[in-house]
Amino acid sequence: MIRSEILKEIAPILRDQLVVCNIGIPSQELHAIDDQPTNFYMLGTMGLASSIGLGVALAQDKKVISIDGDGSVLTNLGTLPTIANNVADNFILLIVDNGSYGSTGDQPTYAGMKTDLAKVAAACGCENVVECQAEDTGKVLQAAIDSDKMTIIVCKCESGNAKNPVITMDPVIIRDRFMKSVQA
Amino acid sequence: MSIDKRIVDDFVANGVEFVTTVPCKQLAGVIEELDQRDDVFHIPSNKEDEGMGLCAGAFMGGKRPAIIMQNTAIGVTINTLATLIQYYRMPLPMLISYRGELREPVACQVEMAVHTKALLAQMNIPTYHFHWQKDVEELDNILKYTFMCNKPVAILTDANFWGGYGDQ
Repeated sequence: MIRSEILKEIAPILRDQLVVCNIGIPSQELHAIDDQPTNFYMLGTMGLASSIGLGVALAQDKKVISIDGDGSVLTNLGTLPTIANNVADNFILLIVDNGSYGSTGDQPTYAGMKTDLAKVAAACGCENVVECQAEDTGKVLQAAIDSDKMTIIVCKCESGNAKNPVITMDPVIIRDRFMKSVQA
Repeated sequence: MSIDKRIVDDFVANGVEFVTTVPCKQLAGVIEELDQRDDVFHIPSNKEDEGMGLCAGAFMGGKRPAIIMQNTAIGVTINTLATLIQYYRMPLPMLISYRGELREPVACQVEMAVHTKALLAQMNIPTYHFHWQKDVEELDNILKYTFMCNKPVAILTDANFWGGYGDQ
């Protein structure tokens, strides 16, 4: 399975949650599959989906799911100690780990080589780290939501991208409708 | 009242409840003051762009954020300021230790100090420079201005403002 197939499968679970989605193709795929006002699409700033999601989770009580990638987590590796040491039980970090920088032409990442992101997260102090295969993502994600415990999911999948148009929505509109969903 | 307490009081009076920091010797007192307060949540960051991500999230979650960092961080955060904070139009007060200015003992700090105001100007970021302790009287107005206009705003605080750096 590739990322877009996973997103299609988990879209019904994501629909009721606040979602912060990673820059580039992941956001384009989620936007095309099931655009929701509860989705915050990152149009720039690679690496910060987990930081933004943690900030939202720490500021209010609703569940927040950050959809990140292995390449983006490697870009902002300092995020994992911050997450581990500031536990927000309404926060789930879903790392779609396809071992490649998908938005830039599928160049391999170190996570697809020797580096094990689940072990890195655990070593950083994250307490609930679950590694799963792509096919089990829905089940694992739902269990994490039901557990009411901060969870880091590393979902191993194949490299590849669906073809979708870029998001042309104004960033202030993306932000405004997301904030209204937080307050609703 | 200490300058550190005065600064944190102004943040709190303006509804700032979420503060991230990357430390600097000059900012140690403010960071210590933050840690002693129950009315503000302090979350240390490992890097300043990460901190701005946390602040963006906190703002969207309904809390007024602030970041406290050194001016060297301007070199780290240009992309985040442009494509996250400014692009999505979010308020972000940045209390910045302005290293490399008068009374600075470390020569290398000057190398980034000479670019600091130029970079902030290039980014169209409203910038205030605190050189004398009385300049802190402007902080309350600066915070009100930041949350009125939904922009990042820089408050540069040099060694003279903090009463010197070590023995200098």
